[in-house]
Formats: sequence, structure tokens, C-alpha cells
Amino acid sequence: MIAAATETRSAVVEREFPHPPEKLWRALTQPHLIEEWLMKNDFKPVVGHSFNLRGDWGGVLDCKVLEVEPHKTLSYTWDFKHEDVAFNLKSVVTFTLTPTSAGTHLRVEQAGFRPDQKQAYGGAHAGWKQFFTKLDQVLARPD
Amino acid sequence: MPSAQDMLFKTLADPTRRAIFERLCREGEQTVGALTARAGVSQPAVSKHLGVLKQAGLVRDRQEGRQTHYSAQLGALALLIDWTSQMTGFWQKRFDKLEDLLKRMDQ
Repeated sequence: MIAAATETRSAVVEREFPHPPEKLWRALTQPHLIEEWLMKNDFKPVVGHSFNLRGDWGGVLDCKVLEVEPHKTLSYTWDFKHEDVAFNLKSVVTFTLTPTSAGTHLRVEQAGFRPDQKQAYGGAHAGWKQFFTKLDQVLARPD
Repeated sequence: MPSAQDMLFKTLADPTRRAIFERLCREGEQTVGALTARAGVSQPAVSKHLGVLKQAGLVRDRQEGRQTHYSAQLGALALLIDWTSQMTGFWQKRFDKLEDLLKRMDQ
């Protein structure tokens, strides 16, 4: 049941913005602008720089800059440590900017894994059905 | 120590408790009285179920005068969902904010 505990997965979101890459780059790399759309931060566009992203909910993400290619690529680690290991996440976020005739195509990919994510819960779009399929197993376990 | 998932499963394994939680999910915040009227069990029993749901983080209560209102905390189910679908939703919302910011930067 925990066979896939360290399997890497990724989330990808893409969108075209009617603005030039240079302008998007500023929004992705200047702390006061990052704060406006993402989170409070002490980011610097310097490879190796460690920083935190602080969410409104009080959560703090540990991040480190991996790649900076102005107006093209930005990549950093995105790790979340939680006292309940089920919420832990180790991941890398990569932004890729591609100029288009109308502006910029922005792609964000977040690749990583939950160290303790169990296969049974890790299947895409686990819903009520899957939830109850696993009930018997859990209930059978001793406390 | 049982994991958070085990606790969610156990909490929702009881059909009456699950029915109460599902009603809160579907219909939004309700009082114990309103929930009792349709639960088919006594008010103390409903209160007890709500207490267990609250302990599992599945419901939240809010006092208003003499009434306690309960609402479902869907976030508690998040750890049963693949984190990538959570993050996809997260980035979509952030891109909306980014779009707003880019418009403002023009001015």
C-alpha cells in the first residue's frame, strides 16, 4: 500500500498573458510584485539563494533558487514541512516564459512528491468512491 | 499513532455521522436543531456526532446567541486528494491574481 511513497508527480498550469515576457519576469522576480499575486517572500533572482514564501494561512514554504534565465526560465524548490507527515511536500516549481504574437505564454510546472503519500490516497482525483473502498482496510487495523 | 487519514476514515465510517457531514457539505451551515429534525436520532446523539466530526477537523462550530451553528470543513478532506490536483487549482487562482497585477502594472 505504500509502494508509491516517493513517486514523483507534477501539476502543470499554462496561460497566455497579453503582456511582454520582460513584464511577466518582473512580476515573477521582484519581491513586492511576487507578494501581490503569490505570497510574502524574501526572494532574490540569484541561483542558490534560500528564501521563504509565507502564506496567509500561516504556512511557510522553504525555497531555494535553482535556475534563473532572465525572461525565460525561473526555477526554485518548494518544500513544505508539516507536523503531520501526510501534508509534507518536496517539490520544484519551474516557470517557463515563451514570447507569442499576442504576449507571453506562461507555463508553471510543480514536480515533486509527498514523502508519506500512500498509493491508495495518491491516485488522481480520489473521491468518495475510492474513499469508502479503502474503509474496510483501515477499520481492520488495530489502534 | 493513527494517521490523519485513519482518523478521517474512522470518523466517516458511521453512517449517521456521515449523513450529517454530507448534509453540511450540501446545504451549508446549520444548527443542531435543524440537523436533528432530519437526522432520525435524538439531539444529544447529533451533538455527540458533531463533537466527533469537530475533533477530526471535519466541522467547525460558531456560537450565535444560544444557538451553535455547524459548518463543513472541506479542507480536512484535502489530504485524501492527490496533491497535484490541489496545486493545479492553486496555480490557476494565482494566475488570475497575476493577470490582475499585470493589468495594474500598465497604469
